[in-house]
This record gives sequence, structure tokens and C-alpha cells, in this order.
Amino acid sequence: MYPASDFDLEMRLLIEAIYGKYNYDFRNYSGASVKRRIEHALLQMECRTVSALQEQIIHQPDRFGVLLQYLTIPVSEMFRDPAYFLAIREKVVPLLHTYPSIKLWIAGCSTGEEVYSMAILLKEEGLLERTIIYATDINPRSLQKAEDGIFPLDTIQLFTSNYQKAGGKGEFADYYTAAYGSALFDKNLRRNITFADHSLATDSVFSEMHFISCRNVLIYFNRELQDRAFGLFSSSLVHRGFLGLGSKETVQFSSHAASFEAFDRQERIFRKT
Amino acid sequence: MQPVQHNLPQFVVLIGASAGGLEALGRILPVLPAHYPAAVVVMLHQAAGSQSLLPEIFAHRVALPVKEADDKEHLQAGTIYFAPPSYHLLLEKDVSFSLSKDPPVHFCRPAIDILFDSAADALGPLAVGVLLSGANEDGAAGLAHIAREGGVTLVQRPSDAQIDTMPASALALFTPDHLLSAADIGKQLAICNIGECRGTR
Repeated sequence: MYPASDFDLEMRLLIEAIYGKYNYDFRNYSGASVKRRIEHALLQMECRTVSALQEQIIHQPDRFGVLLQYLTIPVSEMFRDPAYFLAIREKVVPLLHTYPSIKLWIAGCSTGEEVYSMAILLKEEGLLERTIIYATDINPRSLQKAEDGIFPLDTIQLFTSNYQKAGGKGEFADYYTAAYGSALFDKNLRRNITFADHSLATDSVFSEMHFISCRNVLIYFNRELQDRAFGLFSSSLVHRGFLGLGSKETVQFSSHAASFEAFDRQERIFRKT
Repeated sequence: MQPVQHNLPQFVVLIGASAGGLEALGRILPVLPAHYPAAVVVMLHQAAGSQSLLPEIFAHRVALPVKEADDKEHLQAGTIYFAPPSYHLLLEKDVSFSLSKDPPVHFCRPAIDILFDSAADALGPLAVGVLLSGANEDGAAGLAHIAREGGVTLVQRPSDAQIDTMPASALALFTPDHLLSAADIGKQLAICNIGECRGTR
């Protein structure tokens, strides 16, 4: 192992300070990505050193709100990886139909793109009325955006194309109203959605789920934290419940591997055994 | 602290390439000998898709095992890893990979700069950075970072590259240890000792 630099040392202290003061736990995040994000935050927040940033974080809580935006960069799109949603539609939905009521958890929902994608899919499959969707994230600003359901109009072209590739059964334009350069998504889609603050690093199981979708969140965790998250998912899921992951994520190398079997290997959908 | 690792690489070779880079890789990777003591990480800009075709393309042309890099996988000596499309690839201090979906850099995801920067931080003098043919400047700043941290740097000679923007961008920033044709980069890397690979400037 190459020796730690001053930056590494300062970064560790900052992360401890954030945990001690605000109970946000980045201690088991992948170090290389956190480092890039802190470097970026230093430039944007005009701090010369991580120690200078740390002083602000400890003494000015509003500055933590700013830093959190850089530590949890929201990057998503609706129906991202259309084949994933197509697999849900064709393979998972028929099994979900056998439940009188369904609970779905989107863990790390960021600004809500996947939440609305899932709501649209369930509506078209006649399941939305009997589904409760829990959409959770650690970033309150992202959650608020998700709840608002407003996306920039210039993203709609991509979202529409994804929707069609994902087996969309209607007109994507029917789900939003365009105004002032934004697309406001149909309020009826979010009638059964609960947006909530939840951390995979510090919080515990909160309900029994039939389907958990957590995509491109775990790649930012180290193995230990990934294991914690998989443990939460395993405890949350009903027997034979589903877990959907990002296209390069797998439960295979975790200590909970034995609790899951591959349901659609290509689309990274697993099923609790 | 570290998990027990057999076959820990003595050093890590990181190769970044874009347009025209496939041809250069074809002159470099087959030259690397079996039982190579380093891990080799190859990042070639390519169209977004879920699966890289590169491991398949090279599997029967090289002496070493090839695979796509997995998240949190520990690097092994004598293995060639290809960066998956549509994700950034980073090296961690415990010599494992991490993937990221952070926004593109230089319109690129994966971005060579991100790989090289993280490798410079994680490996210092045990990083060997190689920049080949390409039509943008991704990788140049990262390669300079590897040099600053004491790593070894090799750049494909612009006249040897199908598209010289990438190597030229690196040369505009700093003087690499070696400026060579792709064939000679292969020979230089095939030297299995990082001290000899570094050579003299």
C-alpha cells in the first residue's frame, strides 16, 4: 500500500467530523471516488485545503448542506438501462401480480428519475394502485427534487427514447406537462410514493418489501458497507422477493450471496432464496 | 488490514487509448509475456453498451488471462483487465477497482484522467502509465499526475499514432520517461522489472 498523503489524512479527519457532527457516514465509501468529489468541492467552495473546509463544516452547518451536494452527485435518467425495465415488465411483473398488495423500495433514489420510471411501468401494468413505493436517499435536496417531479425539458428526448426501448405501452408525453423549459410529472403517479430520508450506512430495516431496486449506489461503497446494505435488503425482502442492481453490481461476492439466486443474470435481478 | 492476497502485482500498468488505440493495443498486449509480474489495466474509449468486446477480441491474441474489471476486485499479477463501458474506473489504495457513474470528464465515461489520477494516488511509483492514439486530450493530465507521484510514463510517438491529439496533449504538459512507437512500448513493458522499465530519461 502506497503511504497516505496529507490530503488522505485530512480527508479522513473531515469524514470523521461529518460523522461526529451530522451522523452522515461516509467512512466506508470507496475512497477514490470520495477523494475526487472532495477535490471538486474544494474548488467550488473555494477552500484551499481540506482542513479549511473542515473548519467550515464544523462551525457553519449550512456549509455542510452545500458539501453534501458535492458528496452525493445526483446522476440519473428515466428508464436508464431500458433492458432492466423491460426485464421487470416481462419477467417480474407477472409474479408481482400474484400479491394482493405490493411494497417496492427504491434505495438511493437521488432526484427521482427511477421512481417515476417505476411508477409509470407499474401503472401501465395495472399494479400502481396496489403498490406502495418507498423512495429513499440521504440527500434531502435530492429527495425534495424527487418529490417535486420536475425535470429539465432537454432531458425528455432521452427519457422518451429509453421509455420506448423499455417496452412503454403508451405515449410518454401523456405522463408530464411541459412548461417553462421543464416537464412536470403527473401528480397521480406519486399518490402512493413515500419519499424518506434513509441511509444504507446507518439506518435499519423499516418495512417488508417485495421488490428492492438499488442501482449504481453500491459501487460507491467498500465491501464492508456493501455487505451491510445486502444484509438490509435480505432482511427487508419477503421470501422470494426481488432485488434489482446496477449493470455492474452483484450480490455474488458478498457474505449474503447464499441468500440470493440470480433471476435475470444479464439485467442483474436477484431473488431471495 | 488488507485481505490476504496471493499473486499481488509488483506494479500496475495502466494503458489509456481512444480513436486509433485498438491498433496500437494490438501491437502492445501480445508482446507481454506469460507470468507477467504486473497487472495491466486497459481503458479504451468506446461506444456506450453494457458489455465490452475487448476481452473477447484479445483473449486468443495474448499470453495472459483477460477479463473485464469488476467493482471491488483485487488486481492480480499477470492479468489484463479491460475497463467496462459507461462507468468510470478507479484504483483504490488496497489495489482494488471501484466503478463510478459520476458525470463524464472531457465528455468521456470512462475517463482516462480519472483512472490515471486514482492510480497515481493509490500506487505512486508503482504506477506505469501509457497513453496511446486518440482524438481528444483525456489522459494527458492524469499521466502528468502519475509522473509527479514518481510513476513511470510512456507515450506513443505522435508520428506512430493513427490520431496524435492524445499523445501530443500529454507532451504539451510534461516530458514522459519514454516516447516510443507502439511496438517499442510493448517491448519496454515486457521488461518485467519496474526499475529497468523506468530506464533512463
